Amino acid sequence: MWIAYKTIVVKEILRFSRIWVQTIFPPIITTSLYLLIFGGLMGERIGDMQGVDYLHFIIPGIILMTVIQNAYANTVSSFFLAKFNHSIEELLISPVSYWVILLGYISGGVARGFTVGLGVFIAVSFFVDLKIYSIGIVLITFLLTAILFSLAGFINAVFAQSFDDISIVPTFILMPMIYLGGMFYSIEILPEFWQVLSKFNPIYYMVDSFRMGFLGSSTTDFFVSITVLVVMILVLALVAFYLLKRGVNIKT
Amino acid sequence: MPNALLISNLTKTYANNVSALSKVNLSVEQGDFFALLGSNGAGKTTMIGIVSSLLHKTSGEVSVLGLDQSTNLNQVKRMIGLMPQEFNFNPFEPIEEILINQAGYYGIDRQPARARAEVLLKRVELWDRRLNMAKSLSGGMKRRLMLARALMHEPKILILDEPSAGVDVEIRRSIWALLKELNEQGMTIILTTHYLEEAELLCRNIAILDNGQVIEQSSMKKLLAKVAQQILILESVETLPKTLPKTDFSIKRLDDNSIQVILDGISISQALSELSKKGIEIEHVRSAQNRLETLFLHLTSKGK
Repeated sequence: MWIAYKTIVVKEILRFSRIWVQTIFPPIITTSLYLLIFGGLMGERIGDMQGVDYLHFIIPGIILMTVIQNAYANTVSSFFLAKFNHSIEELLISPVSYWVILLGYISGGVARGFTVGLGVFIAVSFFVDLKIYSIGIVLITFLLTAILFSLAGFINAVFAQSFDDISIVPTFILMPMIYLGGMFYSIEILPEFWQVLSKFNPIYYMVDSFRMGFLGSSTTDFFVSITVLVVMILVLALVAFYLLKRGVNIKT
Repeated sequence: MPNALLISNLTKTYANNVSALSKVNLSVEQGDFFALLGSNGAGKTTMIGIVSSLLHKTSGEVSVLGLDQSTNLNQVKRMIGLMPQEFNFNPFEPIEEILINQAGYYGIDRQPARARAEVLLKRVELWDRRLNMAKSLSGGMKRRLMLARALMHEPKILILDEPSAGVDVEIRRSIWALLKELNEQGMTIILTTHYLEEAELLCRNIAILDNGQVIEQSSMKKLLAKVAQQILILESVETLPKTLPKTDFSIKRLDDNSIQVILDGISISQALSELSKKGIEIEHVRSAQNRLETLFLHLTSKGK
């Protein structure tokens, strides 16, 4: 099973590496522009947020946004294309267990999230003196976030029937959740009602923890955030496994 | 010795209530070269899909080399190599990678997989293109790629769904040679094809599917013998009369020296004797061309 897992992961990494011009380079450029415009130029007028200057405040959120988008995009596009060109049959006829298939695709999503996240981090380091409060918190939050959104992308791909279906969720659900999850602001500045509502958005917990890893301050207890993430991962993993085992939209 | 494949009462009804297979029974012996024939929609691909775990069955049992598919799924999967009818690889992957990945799914590490891929790609004449993306291959090359991929894990049973569709004559013959060699080495091969001469040339046993049911299963020899007795070309040295006499069997003038007869419940000697009595002396008897095709059309709904 280890060889099968390794094969899927290597295949996934080679897949997004081969098309680095589409998968790795653009998010690094886009994110650098975000930081330059929102952080560097407009940030000075906004002032401090959560006790730090605005540029340093938004960097963790923007890196995590890139991780979320790329982890999701990798599994949703890879698994949907495997369905579309029927290459998923290579796996279905083989003795690879459904858990290994799922784990392989999720690892591919995590790998892309990590590659792009690291790329953004390095790019940002050229312009900003970045300090990390806790590398452990940064890595744990990154890993859980990438796993969660890889799983979400996988489930989207299982249900997707067309290329439109794999762009609807990222555009109409994922992006609003990301932007309303405290990526560009601290939820402390919101009216109480919106603060409470924000806490129903799982992305808030990820951004808050990730920011804590960089800045050392957060608005929610770190262990609460991690618990929310772990519970959501377990739920989505079970759903994804069930869909795969039943062969929903894969087997008739 | 258990059968390579044993199918009992296999039924498949799709969600739209289309019945693809209805209580199909089929057995394929180990080491056999077996043809599965049937017109489009007869149920061949559905049957192959179920055997290779790509489709859910509605009911019935499938056992491979004595192992029940329902309870030994992974072991059964390891024994089967599948070359499907439709291209089912990632066209944006290099050819060699497709093979190495396939081996990996069966627990074969990259190094030995690379060595095996080299052997197989050379055998199917794709070695020079191993670094090309699969999308750059022609239709025939893609089929050969799928054949090589199906052999990567050295399966005991090879299932081929239309292996030579779109392949030119020369390459088709090289594929046939490879398949014959694999069969001689002990691999059981199950083949569906539209090229009936391919089945006739390669296969020892045959089943014919029609409307989701097996309507004939026997050895190729027996089946062809049956046809040979039924449709014959009779040749005469003398010029045949323009209007042939009436006989107890179907008779058709082909040209000045030959006639075609279809014998149904009557022997060749009886037919020749009757023709002789009516002034037609036959010098030479041969079986009609496309014997299997004739039988196929006769047995299936296409011929009705």
